[in-house]
Amino acid sequence: MSGQCKFKNYIWELPLRWCHWINVMCIVVLSVTGFFIGTPFSFGRSASDFTIGWIRFIHFTAAYLFAVSVISRVLWSFIGNKYAGWKEFFPLATDKGRQKFIGMLRYYLLIDKDVPETVGHNPLATTAYIGLFCIYSIMILTGFALYAEHAPGSPMYRVFGFMYAMFSNQGMRLTHHFCMWLIVGFVINHIYSAWLMDIKEHGSEISSMFCGYKFTVKKED
Amino acid sequence: MSQWDDDAKNGLIERNYNGREYSVGEILRERGVSRRDFLKFCSAMTAAMALPATFAPTVAQALDEVKRPPLVWLEFQDCAGDTEALLRSANPTVAEIVLDILSVDYHETIMAAAGHQAEAALEKTITDYKGKYICVVEGAIPMKDGGVYGCVGGKSHLDRARQVCGGALATIAVGTCAAFGGIPAAVPNPTGSVGVREAVPGATVINLPGCPVNADNLTATVVHYLVFGKIPALDGHGRPLFAYGKRIHDNCERRPHFDAGQYVEHWGDDGHRKGFCLYRMGCKGPATFHNCPTQRYNDKTSWPVGSGHGCAGCSEPAFWDTMGPLYKRLPNVPGFGIEHTADEIGIGLAAGVAAAFAVHGALNALRKDKEPSDETREG
Repeated sequence: MSGQCKFKNYIWELPLRWCHWINVMCIVVLSVTGFFIGTPFSFGRSASDFTIGWIRFIHFTAAYLFAVSVISRVLWSFIGNKYAGWKEFFPLATDKGRQKFIGMLRYYLLIDKDVPETVGHNPLATTAYIGLFCIYSIMILTGFALYAEHAPGSPMYRVFGFMYAMFSNQGMRLTHHFCMWLIVGFVINHIYSAWLMDIKEHGSEISSMFCGYKFTVKKED
Repeated sequence: MSQWDDDAKNGLIERNYNGREYSVGEILRERGVSRRDFLKFCSAMTAAMALPATFAPTVAQALDEVKRPPLVWLEFQDCAGDTEALLRSANPTVAEIVLDILSVDYHETIMAAAGHQAEAALEKTITDYKGKYICVVEGAIPMKDGGVYGCVGGKSHLDRARQVCGGALATIAVGTCAAFGGIPAAVPNPTGSVGVREAVPGATVINLPGCPVNADNLTATVVHYLVFGKIPALDGHGRPLFAYGKRIHDNCERRPHFDAGQYVEHWGDDGHRKGFCLYRMGCKGPATFHNCPTQRYNDKTSWPVGSGHGCAGCSEPAFWDTMGPLYKRLPNVPGFGIEHTADEIGIGLAAGVAAAFAVHGALNALRKDKEPSDETREG
């Protein structure tokens, strides 16, 4: 950490960090198991094996965990501290937010050399998270709709059945599959950006997601 | 009574042998169907209706006493495949029983009468038995341009359907075309074809989709009506739950191979020869509701998955447009040329993102940025 960073701020509270790492784990598990469900290899040696059965079980369990985590994070944006709050996700709604957003964008586009310091979320990142949240919602809705497909009379189908009015059967599968790749693209961006800002800001961006503390030059106003 | 005698004399309708309606049981005895065969048929129907075996005597008793309902069979935009499925039942006794239970007063493909005589028979049935006859429809109904794309006896299919189905006790739409529009309604649907439910909104329609319909399901639907006096419980698409309540995938004989992870990966490979799961080859069983695995076709001889070909999803609405491609799990991504799968585009996207950030990272490593400090800090 830079000698300039003299303030230690508690930014990410425990529930938020849990949500983050549960999401990470779920995305990895869901992507891998989901890929095998879409393109299953012949893992089974005998007909009494249950390999795809287990892969599907893990996928569905992780899907429930992921859905609970995402919903918890949304609820936390109304409960948690201001850094976790829902207002953070709409920087474009305020003048100050727009200013910060443009500053960050100019830095990312290699126009400015001044590394903007952010105490909580990066405004560019939170804007991307809104897109990501939409993708998560699509994944959860299409996923549970497909999960309910086998039992049209079930309570779950009654909840998610409206999805079948919006998607064709194959269109829903394609959407669910393709959004996985969009999340993969996001993950690459996310890891790179966290790494970059950790190096440039000297504020321990990456370790803040484990311990919750970020270091800044100035105290947050 | 005298009306029926006249009809019999004129040969317009060939029921009412002595001016008296016979029960199904009486007719079968007259035709020489043994009691044993009759009870076997009742057991098979009980099974088809997904009722417990203890219901077989109830079914037998009811069929013994019940009168045959008059039935007319209309053909619209179709290939007569459902008629074929009905007539070509491997076991002649069953086919006979089917035709005996259904007092078929009008059927374009199999009736002896032709021309005006045939039309008169239809008119007679639908007037005399208004609200009491069963109408079976095979084929889709073209709606575009006032329904000019199909007519029989000078009447458009649409007018005919509204007239006949509207006055029927119930309409059974057999085959996917009659139920959901099927192949004629596939994109771009040049004739504006629809299923019966859409063409005649007020009618009581039971959909028995499938390409072709399983004749056993048709018979079971009629038997259900005869035994219980009401139409069977239907699902959201108007299909009887006894035949369309379960997914193909859940009753499939190859399901253990799915769960085990044993798949056909290429046509004719080792797994294909061993009867492994066809999921990888694009089988649409996981999205299709039909009793094919248990009921099978051609007198329970076989069915598509049983003979090594994936399910096409033919009993689902708009299957031709929404269940494709036949031999792949996922459709190609629209707007990306013909042969681009989601995985190819996805890998390209991920690689593109990674490359873009690799370049960004390299450029960042080369330049000297100003660290945040008291002077540079924003706000």
